[in-house]
Amino acid sequence: MPDFLLFALIAGIGIAVIMGAVGVFVVWRRMAYFGDTLAHSALLGVAVGFVAGINVNIGIIAVCLGIAIGMVYLRRQRHLAEDTLLGILAHSSLALGLVTISLLSALRVDLMAYLFGDILAVTATDIGWLYGGGALALGGLAWLWKDLIAITVHEDLAQTEGVNVLRTQIAFMALFALVIAMAMKVVGILLVTALLIIPAAAARGFARTPEQMAAFAAIAGSLAVILGLYGSLFWDLPSGPAIVVASAAIYAVSMTLPLRRSA
Amino acid sequence: MPDGLSPNPAALVEGTGISVRHGRRTTLRDVDIAVARNEIVTLIGPNGSGKTTLVRALLGLEGLEAGMVRRTPALTIGYVPQILTVDRTLPLDVGRFLQMTGQTDRETQQQILSMVGAPDVISREVRLLSGGELKRVLLARALLRDPDLLVLDEPTANVDVHGQTEFYNLIGRIRDDRGCGILLVSHDLHLVMSATDRVFCLNGHICCSGLPGDVSRDPAYLELFGEAGDAMAVYSHDHDHQHA
Repeated sequence: MPDFLLFALIAGIGIAVIMGAVGVFVVWRRMAYFGDTLAHSALLGVAVGFVAGINVNIGIIAVCLGIAIGMVYLRRQRHLAEDTLLGILAHSSLALGLVTISLLSALRVDLMAYLFGDILAVTATDIGWLYGGGALALGGLAWLWKDLIAITVHEDLAQTEGVNVLRTQIAFMALFALVIAMAMKVVGILLVTALLIIPAAAARGFARTPEQMAAFAAIAGSLAVILGLYGSLFWDLPSGPAIVVASAAIYAVSMTLPLRRSA
Repeated sequence: MPDGLSPNPAALVEGTGISVRHGRRTTLRDVDIAVARNEIVTLIGPNGSGKTTLVRALLGLEGLEAGMVRRTPALTIGYVPQILTVDRTLPLDVGRFLQMTGQTDRETQQQILSMVGAPDVISREVRLLSGGELKRVLLARALLRDPDLLVLDEPTANVDVHGQTEFYNLIGRIRDDRGCGILLVSHDLHLVMSATDRVFCLNGHICCSGLPGDVSRDPAYLELFGEAGDAMAVYSHDHDHQHA
């Protein structure tokens, strides 16, 4: 197996496992559009990284974090419907990112790689970032898990029973921002939400507990990465979209399997 | 403290001069209320009268514009919210639901479920429970915390009349057995009146309060509910005004 393919597999499966664990919450808490907004704002993070002359990954995480925490507070204000608010943030940050990057044309940013991902170009350094950040994200998620499920079911009830709702929400947002920043490298800004949502949706019919659903989502996502890379290698498909197509196919097949429990 | 004015050292939770605003609308204005150990206090009032908001304020879930809420230190509260919907994508059975924020063993869970009249639901998915079953499961979850104060927001909405009577009897038994304070929000006047120690009649402010018999003859109560004591029993109640 050529190195680039091995790296791509290691990176892709790492991402799929993290996305599975986070993705189930995105589905349960109906945050698909929020995930999309974070992904869009990641491009602004890239621009910020270049302008500030810092590591692009840091730029992305910083901007995603800012947007995520801003959303927690804006949501509490209730001036606008949540999807309107997200639409404003998503598109203005994406556009601002594009405008800024075009002003920096001397840098010759590979825009396509950011928009659609370039998993076959993943390096050993990238994998280091990914697994370091991934371990942090999964550790954080394990720590938040019980409280997050409690506030997903009923925020007031959870708070009455001693859960710090605001702290849990902010911590989850931060974690979410970290995960989006990492996943962007693999599938690109435009396809990040797909990897969060589709494997989790495919897992739903088979799971009896929240933890099972997260595990099945991680497996479905990993399978999608393997199939997508296979397609990319043998039919020269663009790798990010191929992974998403593979996960959609897995979802479609999951809908027809007989061992599904009534959903 | 039937007039709700003087501070009450025996109160588990006590709100004095509570005012809450939602945007430009004043939802609660200068409300005094207290619940002591071993008593059942009922909050009645028409839709939009601020019942749920007052409960949320007492639980510390609602920002106050004025006034204060005092809870005894280390007070354990069992809360049964008015509405709880589990997203259909979340696989969650009753056993797991009951230990969401606390550890309990299955035997204790089963005991409590039998006690509240839902003995066969422990392995069922929460989102597939009927309205009445869900209320009982929520009550079980609250009781598993061994609460000093039990707060029930519209516990009998969507429960038939027979079930309601049974539910109020159950709540009375819980008070007798455990000696906890109980704050009940309701709109079905008749059943509540027979099962309660004190009544607060709310319509943005406290219209009247006291013993059930006194309140039901109070002019403010009669003005609020009219001759419609009867109509109130079948008075339709909608759930489209969430305060969450």
